[in-house]
Amino acid sequence: MSEGPVERSTIVALSSGAPPAAIGVIRVSGPGAGLALHELAGALPEPRRARLATLRDRQGRALDEALILWFPGERSVTGEDLAEFHCHGGRAVIDAVQRALVALPGFHLAEAGEFTRRAFANGRIDLSEAEGLGDLLAAETELQRAAALASAQGAVSDQVGQWREAVLKLSAQVEAALDFSDEDDVSELPEGFTQILRDLCEALGEWLDRPRSEKLGEGFRVALAGPPNTGKSTLFNALVESEAAITSSIAGTTRDAIERNVAIDGVPFSFVDTAGLRADSEDEIEVIGIDRARAELKRADVVLWLGDEGEGPDGAWEIAPRSDAPDFARKGLARFTLSAATGEGLVPLKRALVAAARDNLPKPGEAALNARQHLLLSEARAALQSAQAAKDPLIIGEELRLVRLAFDRLIGRTTTEDMLDALFGRFCIGK
Amino acid sequence: MQEFDVLVIGGGHAGVEAACASARMGARTALVSFDLGAIGAMSCNPAIGGLGKGHLVREVDALDGVIGRAADAGAIHYRMLNRSKGSAVWGPRVQADRVRFKAEVQRIVRDQANLTLVEGEAAALVLSSGRVAGLELAGGATLHAKRVILCTGTFLGGVLFRGEERFEGGRIGENAATRLAQQLRGADLPMARLKTGTPPRLDGRTIDWASLPEQPSDDESWTMSALSEGRVNPQVFCAITRTTMQSHDIIRKNLHRSPLFSGAIDAAGPRYCPSIEDKIHRFGDRDGHQVFLEPEGLDTHLVYPNGISTSLPVDVQHAMVRSMPGLERVEIVEPGYAVEYDHVDPRALTPDLQLRAIPGLYCAGQINGTTGYEEAAAQGLVAGFSAAGDALGTAPPKLDRANSYIAVMVDDLTLQGVTEPYRMLTSRAEYRLRLRANNVSSRLTGLGVAAGCVSDERRQWYERREERRARFAAIFSREVAAKELADHGLNVRRDAGLKRIEEWLRHDGIDLAALEEWLGDGLNEDAALAQEMAEDAAYAPYLARQEAELQDLRASEGLVLAPDFPYSRIPGLSNEMVERLTKASPPTLAAAGRVPGVTPAALAAVLVHARRLEAEKSDPSQRAA
Repeated sequence: MSEGPVERSTIVALSSGAPPAAIGVIRVSGPGAGLALHELAGALPEPRRARLATLRDRQGRALDEALILWFPGERSVTGEDLAEFHCHGGRAVIDAVQRALVALPGFHLAEAGEFTRRAFANGRIDLSEAEGLGDLLAAETELQRAAALASAQGAVSDQVGQWREAVLKLSAQVEAALDFSDEDDVSELPEGFTQILRDLCEALGEWLDRPRSEKLGEGFRVALAGPPNTGKSTLFNALVESEAAITSSIAGTTRDAIERNVAIDGVPFSFVDTAGLRADSEDEIEVIGIDRARAELKRADVVLWLGDEGEGPDGAWEIAPRSDAPDFARKGLARFTLSAATGEGLVPLKRALVAAARDNLPKPGEAALNARQHLLLSEARAALQSAQAAKDPLIIGEELRLVRLAFDRLIGRTTTEDMLDALFGRFCIGK
Repeated sequence: MQEFDVLVIGGGHAGVEAACASARMGARTALVSFDLGAIGAMSCNPAIGGLGKGHLVREVDALDGVIGRAADAGAIHYRMLNRSKGSAVWGPRVQADRVRFKAEVQRIVRDQANLTLVEGEAAALVLSSGRVAGLELAGGATLHAKRVILCTGTFLGGVLFRGEERFEGGRIGENAATRLAQQLRGADLPMARLKTGTPPRLDGRTIDWASLPEQPSDDESWTMSALSEGRVNPQVFCAITRTTMQSHDIIRKNLHRSPLFSGAIDAAGPRYCPSIEDKIHRFGDRDGHQVFLEPEGLDTHLVYPNGISTSLPVDVQHAMVRSMPGLERVEIVEPGYAVEYDHVDPRALTPDLQLRAIPGLYCAGQINGTTGYEEAAAQGLVAGFSAAGDALGTAPPKLDRANSYIAVMVDDLTLQGVTEPYRMLTSRAEYRLRLRANNVSSRLTGLGVAAGCVSDERRQWYERREERRARFAAIFSREVAAKELADHGLNVRRDAGLKRIEEWLRHDGIDLAALEEWLGDGLNEDAALAQEMAEDAAYAPYLARQEAELQDLRASEGLVLAPDFPYSRIPGLSNEMVERLTKASPPTLAAAGRVPGVTPAALAAVLVHARRLEAEKSDPSQRAA
């Protein structure tokens, strides 16, 4: 921005993953972004075109050969002048380039979320888009990315905006009945009013019933359970593809629940290995572990039961493990027969888990609500329900006002600072 | 040469309240009017109150204003509008005898201590280094004061229209204050034109009352003012008639002769109170519109036909009224007309109704783009308190959107401006459940007592009421078992246990009458207060939720945006946002959120920028190059 505000500083951060990596992308945003390109690369490249340049510090020492990009203000992602340096991804190179940048006047390292905060402050994105962006940047799996992208593109704001319009119309009808009832042009609430309320309630309910976006972050939860020494930890290690759990032939080796997050076919999972369930343990620590195991069984989306047939919790998948063992006891109704040690039978189990998880997680490309959005939308639905039950138009009007208030908070119409801080504080630096 | 703290120009509803409010605060005040005998005149409808407007009258009264008492003194017909709805939207309304209303206003004004009445034409403001220093009268005399409140109604550049006829002046028979208008125009204030209108006045002796349905006065004993003893005048009937297809034909055929449609008036009129030609034009499919025939007083035959304000030529007005049932032989005493007038864009005002461009100059009433006696009176009160508070260095009662319709109106005007004459509506108040017309004393009189702007009489009345409230509260917190209520045939679950009376009042179908058995006769000494407290109890869950909301609001009210806040230097703020915010100059972040069209992103940008400015102020080293 040629006439940018003088008090605005220029921020610098490594926007790609932690070094060492193949490349390191350093982003610079603010009125000094153009200066940064001049100082380090000698000249501004053509806007939005990559150019190869040798980066030099003030003393003229070469720092790196890098691709440089120039995005002039207003139309850039942050809404202000933006430069990108695509350097080699070594730690020393990145440190050197960053040092050279923050030595420039008015430059400093970005705080967490500061790039997105500027994009928001400059009107480039609204609140729920910012939240989606936060999720997008935190996304580790393909499914998470698709859902976050939908949110970042405004799917939630668009939907809430439509509902808000609908409620505004209903409010107008109520207010007309309240303020103009003594004038003969306006009668009582129109027919079909309650039906519209009911339809809206249902529409909100459909969104509320959808899997939540945290579910994407947390993953589909699979607990492994059974009596001691049935091979739970061996199967767990095979599923998470590491030696996370200690395995031994001693019964009761796993005393606490162990949790590992992995992605299978782009679907996030959280596998939980639990202590073997037995009633006769005298080991105090093992008893605590068994209690925790029981709690985990309740929390899990699916329980893989490795014990005797029918002994597991309702709905558990019967697994017959150790098909390779000489003393292998076949289960009559086992859903999966497998050997974690040889890998035999593992692929069908994984495939079935992925299928089950896909049904329980937000659909790819479908925006999902996060906890904050879910809470506000629940408030809105509760008020819509009260409005249906109310007889006095005054109370109906008040309930509809509360619905609109919840919507406004959802899309950030009533911005409070705490909420902004909470939101932007969770971004990684440089995003 | 006379010296005052506050000068008020205009003796209408705004001027009277402004002058008396200022004088009650203790400021040396003068009221300047063309004609002292016209002080307290009702220029249009002889009704006071109504939906939303009744709230304003009661609020002004709770702060010891004039309009409520004068309304009761003149009232010849009482009606509580919206009674079938929740009490928060009830609208107390009276029809007042013009003569008696005006006589009471004049009595109060003359009895008011600290208030001098000056008869004369306000010719021009005296300014000194851009600040108000006084007022020059038409005869050349000068009154000195550092604060002047303009309550000039439609007198500023007012033009009357009736068919093809044109007159200068705010009301028939009075001069428009055109010199003052020119001076204000010269000051480069943002000004615009609006229009309003009035119906023809009918001779009641030529109306066939017997053929029309009657609307009697309410038979309860409620009054507009908390201090009024009851109803002092004989009560009259109104009657209801309707326009007919024939009336519509007459109007339609002559639309081109109405200045509203011929292009002579292009200012916006009130959507809420349209002229009859507007109604016919916009709602052409309707077969009739209600018209209330309201007697103007006990000693006059004049009747005000409410609902047919018009600026059609006189011959058309005649034909139109005679096409309605009961009016076949009616005579028009004074034809209706439209007024087009100047108003100041109220966004040029601070929340205390002072013009930012001319310190010391306050504006109240129609000059700010509002319509209605009640809106005018409420603004007069605010301007009077503010100017007197400024003169005396004392704080006026703190009004905000959560405690009064008065503040809702001032906030709306100064942040949003007007596109049509502003009329109060209950839907403008977001905290409507707590802003009831029947709890004004609880909301406001205590603030008035604390600010020293209410009379001893009202203070003592209020203190006695507060004592009763404490006694009543003890009664409301008595516990009653569900079983007992069920035994008396009330619709509650027998096993619902022991609850306080105030909790039972939240149940559908349980009111004070149903609980008489357990309340005893302790509430009889003040039925109105008991009713108010019962409503508080019934609405308690909603009030509690609003309280939580208000805490959030107050947090953002805490973030002050200076009048010179540099919106244009906030990065990414579009030109449109900059213009809207600069024009409205919201005093706080919360107010910025109420400026129409301001987007969430813009609000967030303002917040971030304001915080940065604050941080820089407290620690200049944070200021980057």
